[in-house]
Amino acid sequence: MRQSTPIARAPMIPQLAARRFASVVFRSYALRRVLKAALTIYLVATLTFFIVRLMPGNPVDVYIHTLISQYGFTYDDAANQAAALFAFNPNEPLLVQYWAYLRALTRGDFGMSLVSPGTPVTSVIMTYLPWTLFSAGLGLLISFLLGIMLGMVMAYQREGVLDHILTAAGSFFQSIPNYLVAIVIVVFFGVQLGWLPITEMRGAYSPGMQPGLNLAFVKDALYHAALPILTYVLTTIGAWMLLMKSSTLSTLEEDYVTVARARGLRDGRIMRSYVGRNAVLPLFTQMAISAGFVVGGSVVIEKIFVYQGIGFILLDAINRRDYPVMQGIFLIITFAVVAANLLADLLYSRLDPRIRVSGGE
Amino acid sequence: MAQTVRPGQLELAPPGLGQRLATAVKVFFRLLAHSKAGFLGFLGVLFFVVLALAGPIIVPDAGRPDMTKIYQPPSLEHPLGTDYEGRDVLKQMLRGGRAIIVVAVLAATLSTLISITFGALAAYAGGWLDSIIMMLTDVVLTIPQFPLLVVLSAFVKLDRPWLLATLIALLSWPTLLRAVRAQVLSLKEREYVEAARALDLGTTRILFGEILPNMASYIVMSFTIGMTAAIYAQVALYFLGLAPLAGENWGIMLNLAWVRGAIFYKDSLMYILAPVLAISLLQLAMVTMSRSLEDVFNPRLRES
Repeated sequence: MRQSTPIARAPMIPQLAARRFASVVFRSYALRRVLKAALTIYLVATLTFFIVRLMPGNPVDVYIHTLISQYGFTYDDAANQAAALFAFNPNEPLLVQYWAYLRALTRGDFGMSLVSPGTPVTSVIMTYLPWTLFSAGLGLLISFLLGIMLGMVMAYQREGVLDHILTAAGSFFQSIPNYLVAIVIVVFFGVQLGWLPITEMRGAYSPGMQPGLNLAFVKDALYHAALPILTYVLTTIGAWMLLMKSSTLSTLEEDYVTVARARGLRDGRIMRSYVGRNAVLPLFTQMAISAGFVVGGSVVIEKIFVYQGIGFILLDAINRRDYPVMQGIFLIITFAVVAANLLADLLYSRLDPRIRVSGGE
Repeated sequence: MAQTVRPGQLELAPPGLGQRLATAVKVFFRLLAHSKAGFLGFLGVLFFVVLALAGPIIVPDAGRPDMTKIYQPPSLEHPLGTDYEGRDVLKQMLRGGRAIIVVAVLAATLSTLISITFGALAAYAGGWLDSIIMMLTDVVLTIPQFPLLVVLSAFVKLDRPWLLATLIALLSWPTLLRAVRAQVLSLKEREYVEAARALDLGTTRILFGEILPNMASYIVMSFTIGMTAAIYAQVALYFLGLAPLAGENWGIMLNLAWVRGAIFYKDSLMYILAPVLAISLLQLAMVTMSRSLEDVFNPRLRES
């Protein structure tokens, strides 16, 4: 409520109206969050534009230069060719180009791939993004559900054997970089022990499989995604367990839990409806951070397991210097993470009205 | 304003900065001694720092490639076996920690500086400055750091330690800043800060003279977390071959073991496992240390 004073000392009418508008925006938690998300995406898009266009040895100049020196293009032809690929007109002033770039982005137009001519970046993204969303999303979900269940068990059996084992294991896997866990899975279970057919498990689905919504295909997709998902679960579950444990412990001390016990309610019901529901609330904000981390880490994990998701293709594009694909994938990853953040925050404020009232800090 | 009391005029002069730092270090060790795991973590970190400093001195030369001895299993001569060019893995392990830790320390120093300066400023100044800093922090926090680093590596040749460290630091300060801000917000309300404010000592003096020295353990914690993040990012960059594979460090060893196919040789288990273990242990030691510091020092932070 610290923002209420400026309104009181604003006698001028137009200023008052502007301030009232500002205060409506500021007070509405949801609106503020949406604005913040939009600002983030805008800033990242701008940053990407200037990196690609203005860095010394930027890809556009390099590409024009290659066309001239290797294929004997004239400068104008080369520039036009580059313009078509990068979806901009190099003869226009930078600000106009910037504006055109932003407008193309709002239409979902990320330009064309340099390495495979005639392929729009959007179609590259549409082909590979679903696999990352599938594996990372499933990994997050399994990890979250398992984590809160184990966390509650740990809180209820505090200082028990299970609590000690899980705390140690959770902190252990949490501190080790996720790609090292993936490497160890490949080296130990794939090569040394030979338990897992790692070469056969590569890819997003088996060759010759027709993508479609049938049981055989879903089974196949799960088979191929199993190792990335296992890695995501192993490396994030520790955080959920430990957070849920401490959250449950503090919820158990609340008066309403004592009252529920005094009313003679069954333990199972107290655990589900009184403790569990409230204890899980603070974890939702963590969900967004975890999503960003898993999506970021997927770049390395997908490389290790040769899983053709968006992270794998991003590395591929970087190795081939396919700048439009790189730019498009980075923007879409950012968009996904920002959207996940927004969704988590809005969901959280729905579930826990205290957040909206106190301003979300 | 003639009646302002200067600290020197008071009989109880406040302790000097050196004295305060000494107290802070003592408090730091006392806090660590409270938890066995934290102390073990501290010893682990110490071990790796000593290794980073002494390793290249103990083993001044990594040895020449010897094509007759490639991918050898561990033996007395080569306790961890040999690599794809027949060089001794143990020697590389002893030498390879320094580069990683140097970049981690540089990056952590920079990101700690950024987060402490602006976190303290945001918390202390409040108002619109706080709003702007926090807005920016939230924006940078949501940008997926590692993919951005990966994309940047296509434009910037990451061949210098400070360059790699700067890029990592520029992306990893937001979490630390939020924590520092929360900490300063709570310190701000303490009596001794109120007293300093009543004495009209000025914002800079209060921030650097009163608040920051009382956050020493906390700064160590932020620093450790910053190092963990930097190690995660740089090893991943080396492993993916996105930073130039010049010189020797554990990340490059990991890359070469992976790319040259050592993972498929049963004899080379120790070759690939050695850097994996070293990096994991280093991370584990640092996380354990910082977490026990966090537990003892500020249990409230974990809940918020």
